[in-house]
Amino acid sequence: MKFDDEPVPGYSLPILPGHVSPGRLERVLRAGKFAITSEIDPPDSADPAEVLKRAAIFDGYVDAINATDGSGANCHMSSVGVCSLLTRVGYATILQISCRDRNRIAIQGEILGGAAMGACNLLCLTGDGVQAGDHPQAKPVFDLDSMSLLEIARRMRDEQRFDSGRRIEMPPRIFLGAAENPFVPPLDWRPHRLAKKVAAGAQFIQTQYCFDIERLREFMLKVNDLGLLEGPDRVFILPGIGPLASARSARWIRENVPGVHIPDAVISRLEGAENQKEEGKRLCMDLLHEIRDIPGVSGAHIMAYRQERSVAEIIEATGVLDGRVPWYPGRDDPKALNPESPEAVPL
Amino acid sequence: MYRMRRWVVRHSNVFEMIYRRFEPLLVKLDPVWRRLGHERVEAPVKVVEKAVKGALFDCQMCGQCILSSTGMSCPMNCPKSLRNGPCGGVRANGHCEVKPDMMCVWVDAWEGSRRMKHGDRIDAVQLPVDYRLTGTSAWLREVRQQNGSSSSTDNSETTK
Repeated sequence: MKFDDEPVPGYSLPILPGHVSPGRLERVLRAGKFAITSEIDPPDSADPAEVLKRAAIFDGYVDAINATDGSGANCHMSSVGVCSLLTRVGYATILQISCRDRNRIAIQGEILGGAAMGACNLLCLTGDGVQAGDHPQAKPVFDLDSMSLLEIARRMRDEQRFDSGRRIEMPPRIFLGAAENPFVPPLDWRPHRLAKKVAAGAQFIQTQYCFDIERLREFMLKVNDLGLLEGPDRVFILPGIGPLASARSARWIRENVPGVHIPDAVISRLEGAENQKEEGKRLCMDLLHEIRDIPGVSGAHIMAYRQERSVAEIIEATGVLDGRVPWYPGRDDPKALNPESPEAVPL
Repeated sequence: MYRMRRWVVRHSNVFEMIYRRFEPLLVKLDPVWRRLGHERVEAPVKVVEKAVKGALFDCQMCGQCILSSTGMSCPMNCPKSLRNGPCGGVRANGHCEVKPDMMCVWVDAWEGSRRMKHGDRIDAVQLPVDYRLTGTSAWLREVRQQNGSSSSTDNSETTK
C-alpha cells in the first residue's frame, strides 16, 4: 500500500481522524491490511552501523520493527537507542519498555524521549525475571506492571499528564501495544486479561510464540465474544510466530525460555524431517497461513532470533502481504537507502 | 506460610464473607479510632494486622490491600509484584517462572476469584502501588477512605 503522503525520513505522517499516532503501523492496521512486524536483536555494541545493518534485512517485508528491551533479562543496546537510530532513516519502530529495570520516573521520561525521537508505537511489557538473564544478581524493579504502564502511557497521551498529575506540554503521539500469552495458564482467564489490557489502553497486541493453533483459535473466539475486535476502541491482534532451528533447540526453548509452549507434535514433526532447519521454516510458514485465516487476526509478529534472514523468505513464500511492499528507506528513492543496506551505493 | 495461603484461596468465599462483615465493623468503630487518634492507634493496629494477614495470606504490608479483588491471593507475593494478573512466563503446570516451586500467585487468584461472589473485581485495572504506604495499616486507611476523612482517592478503577 502506498500513502500519497509517504514520509520524508525522520518526518512523521499526518495523524488521520480516528488515529492516535503519526506512524505507519497504525495506518496499515486501521486500513485493514495484514500487517507484519518483526524484531531486532539489539547489538552488544555501541556501533550505530550494526543497528542499521540488522534493520536492512527486513527492508520491504515489515511494517514496523520492534526494538527489544533487555529481552530475556540480558543486557544489550537500549530500545530507545535502537529506535532513535532507526527513525533517523525513516523506519517505523516499536519501542519496548519493560517494567523490570526502571521505575515510573524513568519510564515516563523514556516515553517522552522515545516519542520525541520518532517512535510512534510503544509496547508495554512486564519483562522476564532477572533470574533468566546474564545479570541474575540485579535488583528487579517492577515498580509498575504492564497494565499500570499502559494506563499511565495512555493518560500521558490522552490527558497530557504525568502519573503525578503534572501537565505535559506536548503529549507523546503513540499507538499503544501490549503482549499476551494465550498459551500458558490460567488459559480461561487469558481473554479476560486481554480485555483488561484493552481497558487500560492497549490498541495492538503481539503474542508470545504460537505453536498451538487450536489454542489460538479458542482464544480468538473468546476475544471476539468479549467484543474486543469491534468499534473505535478495538484491538488489533498480531500473533507471534518464528522458525525453530531444530528439534533440539525447540526442546531447549521449551525448557528454558519462560512462557513458550511447544506441543510434542511440533517437536516430533521436526525430528522426523531430513533437514530440520528447513522443516522449522516450513512449519512457520504453515502457521502463518493458518493464522491469517483465523477471523479477527490483524497480522503477525515474526520473531526469528538468529534467523532474521528467513523472515523475507517466510513472507515471500506465504504471500501474506498480498503484493504490498511496506515502506522502507529507499523504496521510492534509491538514493535514500539505509546506508548499511547491501544495495546502498557508497557515498 | 505457603500452605496456609493456598488453603485460604481454596476457601476464598468464606474469607470474602468474613471480610464483608469485618470491614463495616472497623468502619463503625471509627469514632473510637478518632478519639484515640488515628496516628496513635496505627502502631497497635498494624501489629495485629500484620500478624493476622501475615499468617493467613503471607501479607507483605503494602498498605493498600486488594485481596478482595484478587481471589484472596496476595499479589505482593508475586516476584514481579504484579497487581493486574499473571505475566506470560507461567509454567505449563501453573507454577511461577521465577520460583519454580511456587504456584503462580495469579493462577491461584483466578481460581479463588471464581469461588467468590464478587470475583469479577479481578477484572478491574489496579493502579500502581503507592510505596509511601508500605508498612502502614490498610485497615485504618480503608476506614479513613470510607469516611471521607482522607484526601487520597480510591486506588482502583473499574473496567468499562
